[in-house]
Parts: sequence; structure tokens; C-alpha cells
Amino acid sequence: MNDMTIDTGLAIRMRGVTKIFGDNPQGALALLEQGRSKAEVQAETNHVVGLDNVSLDIARGQIFVVMGLSGSGKSTLIRHVNRLIEPTAGEIVVEGNDVLQMSLPDLRTYRRNTVAMVFQKFGLLPHRSVIDNVAYGLETRGVGKAERLEKAAQWIETVGLAGYENSRPRQLSGGQQQRVGLARALALDTDIILMDEAFSALDPLIRSGMQDQLVELQKSLGKTILFITHDFDEALKIADRIAVLKDGAVQQEGRPEDIVLKPANAHIEEFVREVNKARAIHVRTIMERGTFEDCQFTVPADARCEDVLPYFAEHQWVGVTNGEGRQIGRVTAKRVIQALARYTPGVGEG
Amino acid sequence: MFPELIDTRPWRRAIDDALNWVVRNWSEYFEAAAYPLLMLLNFIEDILIATPWWLITVILVGIAFLATRRWPLPVIVFCSLMFLGIMDLWEDAMTTMALMIAATLTAIVLSIPIGVWMSRSARTRGVITPLLDLMQTLPSFVYLIPTVMIFGPGKIPALIATIVYAAPPLVRLSDLGLRSVDPAVMEASRAFGTTPTQRLFGVQIPLALPTILAGINQTTMMALSMVVIASMIGAGGLGYQVLQGIGRLEVSRGLFAGLGIVALAIIFDRITQSFGKQLQGRIGLMEAR
Repeated sequence: MNDMTIDTGLAIRMRGVTKIFGDNPQGALALLEQGRSKAEVQAETNHVVGLDNVSLDIARGQIFVVMGLSGSGKSTLIRHVNRLIEPTAGEIVVEGNDVLQMSLPDLRTYRRNTVAMVFQKFGLLPHRSVIDNVAYGLETRGVGKAERLEKAAQWIETVGLAGYENSRPRQLSGGQQQRVGLARALALDTDIILMDEAFSALDPLIRSGMQDQLVELQKSLGKTILFITHDFDEALKIADRIAVLKDGAVQQEGRPEDIVLKPANAHIEEFVREVNKARAIHVRTIMERGTFEDCQFTVPADARCEDVLPYFAEHQWVGVTNGEGRQIGRVTAKRVIQALARYTPGVGEG
Repeated sequence: MFPELIDTRPWRRAIDDALNWVVRNWSEYFEAAAYPLLMLLNFIEDILIATPWWLITVILVGIAFLATRRWPLPVIVFCSLMFLGIMDLWEDAMTTMALMIAATLTAIVLSIPIGVWMSRSARTRGVITPLLDLMQTLPSFVYLIPTVMIFGPGKIPALIATIVYAAPPLVRLSDLGLRSVDPAVMEASRAFGTTPTQRLFGVQIPLALPTILAGINQTTMMALSMVVIASMIGAGGLGYQVLQGIGRLEVSRGLFAGLGIVALAIIFDRITQSFGKQLQGRIGLMEAR
């Protein structure tokens, strides 16, 4: 695989990736390139446009969320990264390797060693115990039995399922099953983890817990996580960067607050209207930098507005610290209220 | 009457001559090719007849208990076997059982690979499905006559006829079982970089096993339903007793031997079904669907 290494400095780079489902995708692709819309192509050729000229740069060590409604092509997109789906056109480079140039054996090696995946419907093997499910990827990779069971047991403990090693997947709740799916992906210790609506099938409370756990795991392990969701709140909670997908095309890509504060079009604005802005906006974007008197309470710069709200019951402002714990500025109640209010359409615009 | 458009007599003659030619020139090769089948059948029959009745009873009752972990089925199996013994049908029952087991084993070895092949290629399925329909609907006497002509009367044509009749449901159910494995599980397996062989043996076959077992159950039942016809060409066993009962107008002989076949059918049907259910419970397909 060395001869096709391309150093991009990125975990995943997609360029002009287009996917058309049907018998004659090239004909439909020509129409699409002439500037016809997805609906027009479908009406004319009966071909479905899954992805339309998607280009994404996903840096290493971040949680990158692709957000879109059902039918927006997000599940199709994530399946291109490990080539479960072949694109009609485009280029996909993962960790410097051109995924589309790989032979079948190369592709299998790549799937075993570079990308692990977590599925919405879990995809656990019902005839195997939990520990054998978690060890499945390692087994495929050819790791010896003792070693893979030891690693699997560690990950089962990390995701909080110790004691369930010999249960069957069907004996577990949905949340527990998805922890098995997560442990199975993590046990492979790949640089990249793909998560396809991984938490969508879970109850809200369990879901929130899993989101927290995922963010924590990402911080401690430094993995690149490509996460698919239809839930904007979920995206804002966990994302370092978000791409919004509609009709197979990327509508906007940026930091969560960029999307909330400057929605690129009406479609995204609709999402933003429903969203909890206090969660989306980070303190660092609205803080006053400079030297102020030391405050009794401080929050880190990457805290969110919702984290500082409780302090304002007693105080006019709280200090903001950098990564080393030094105070670098402050955030006032007024600023927070302004930020939250300003971006509500129709209020405070005059 | 339907008008005679063409003269079909030359066709018939051609088919008859071709068969005669095959019988004259090739029958020894066919017999040699089928010899392993005969060895298998004789081997199973010898073992079953040499084993004392009480040991066979213990084994079958034990298997019945393992399959259900409850007492009703072992009791039923025990009663069925006692019926065979008391009615002086034991040895005939063993001969029939040997024919059924030999036919089922051969059918398993042939059918599952064909089922795998069908599950992977729509074209293969398109070719084999009508062939299976033909095997199941063509009256067995039609292919019994040429097989007897080629192999001579005896156990080989009986076994071959039984296999032809009993294998199709297993092929169909193997194909169905393999194709109806949850696509989400197959995709997950693919995403982890498994080879097609790893997916077949590690995911598809284990998950299709309850369906395949249902196919094996069907095969044993259909093999048992062939024993009377098989006995007409020299298979012996319970079927032969039925045939004799018919020939001599001895209703009692035919009735008891017929009930003996039913007893065997109950034993094997219930045991294979219970194993299927057990397997299904273990995999948890009941809840998943």
C-alpha cells in the first residue's frame, strides 16, 4: 500500500465524492454534472442521487459530526469511508491511503486495522457471547485467543459491562447492546472510528450518558471519530466540527457555534431555531479577554453557556481560564444573555 | 382430439434406445460410482442391526432428552420404540432407519453446498429451482424405471430414488436460511474486514442453522414417506412389510408396519424439531424478528 500513500495531514479527505444508485450511474452522473438537481435526475433517469459532490477534510483527533435528516445521504456517506459502498465518482483518502485504489485483500487489511465501525442497529452476532462479540474484530485480524479475550475483557469493563461477558446480546438492553458495539470497535484500537447513528436507537437518558462517555473516551484516546446523526442537539453536544447534509450535498461545514451563529441557509436556520443555544455556544466565543480581578468562580474557555448559567444566580460575572488553569478573561451575565437572545430571529434585531 | 402435428414416435424410440445403450455400455461404471452409497447404507444398517435393542432405546431416549430437557418427548420416543419391538418389527425398522439416515446424510452433503451456491447467485437459483420442482413433482416411478434398469433392482436405486425425492426441501431451506440472515449483521461483519469464507462459516451458516435444520427435518420425513416405493425395488424393511400386506390382503400386517413407519416418523420429526427450537432459542431469532 506504500506506493499509493498521499500525505494529506488529515485523517479523512473526501473530494468530489458522488454516489448514484441505479443501473447506469454514469449517465445520471453526466446529468448531475450539467447542474440538474437531485429531483430532476431522479425524475428523468429513475436514478437516486445518494451523494452529490461531497468534499470534506476531517482532521485527526476530533469528533466530526455529519448531520442531516433521513434520506440526506449521511449513512451513504459514512459507508464510503470504509468502502462498504463504492462511489460513482470522487476521491477518498484515509490516513494517506487512497481507499478507492485498494485491491480486495488491501481493503480487508485496511478495514481490520484502520477503521472500526459502530452501527445504528448494533450488528452484533446473536450466536456469540458478549466477549466473543467484542473480540470479533481482533479475531478477524488473527490475534491469538488469550490475547484477544484479555483485551475484550478490558474494553467490556471500560464501557461498564463487566459481569456480562458470557451473556448473549439478546439478553441485554438496547443501551447495553450498543456498549458492546462500541467496545467491539474500540477493542480494535484503530485511529478512526465510524459511528452510524450509533445512539439513535437508545432512550434519551441512556443516550445522553453514552454521549458523555464518548466525549470522555475521545479525549483520553485521541481517536478520530466520524459520527452520523439526525439530531442537532446531539451534534452540538459532542462535535468539534459539524457538516450539515441535505439531498446528498454538504450545506455547511464548520464549528458548532459557526453553524448556530451563522447558519448558511434557510434549511440550517430551521434546525438552529429548535436548538438549545446555551449548549451550542462556547464561552470562548463570547468572553471578554484581558486581565480582570480574580473571580471566586471560574470556568474553562471551552465550557458552554449552559455551564455558566447557574453562577449568574449569585454573581454578575465568572472568570474564564485557559488550559493551564490561568484566568484569561471573564464572561458576564449580560454577554451571555445577549448571545442567547441575539440569535433568536425577530428578537433584538432592531 | 388434438391434431397430430408431428410424429413423436422417433423421439420416443430415440430415448428408449439411448437408455438401452447406456444400460449396455455404462451400467457397470454407474454401479461403481454408486458403490460408496451402498457401502454407506450397508455400514449404517449393519451397525443398527448389530446394536442391541436396549442400547438403541437408551441412545434415542437420551437424545430426545437432550433435545428438550423435559420428559414428554423421551416418553413418546420410548413408547414408539417399544411398539416396534413388541410388534416384531424391530429389524425391519432398523433397515428402514438405515435407508432414511443414509439418504439424509447424502442429501445434507449434496444440498448444503448447492444451497450456498444458490444463495449467492440469482442465476444459479433460477436454474436450480425448476429442477427442484421437477424432482418433487415428477412421479417417482418415472425415474425409478431407468434407475432400476441401470443399477438393477436392489438397494442402490432405492437409495437414489429416496435422495432425489427427499433432498429438494433441504436445498430450498438452506438457500432461504442463508439469504435471510440479517443484512445488518452481515454488513457489520464486512466492515470488520472478514473474507467471504469467514462470513459464510462464522456468520451465515450459524445464523441459518435453525432453517437448515428445518430442512433436514423435512428431508427425513420425505425419506420415510418413500420407503414403501423403495421396497418395491428391493429396499426391504417396514416398507416391504406394507407391500406384503397389500399383496396378501393381510390388513393387519400392512397396518402394523404402516404404524411402525409412523412411529419412526414421530421419533425423528420431534427430535430434529426440538433441536431446531433449542438452537433458535440460543441464537435469539425468536425475539429478533
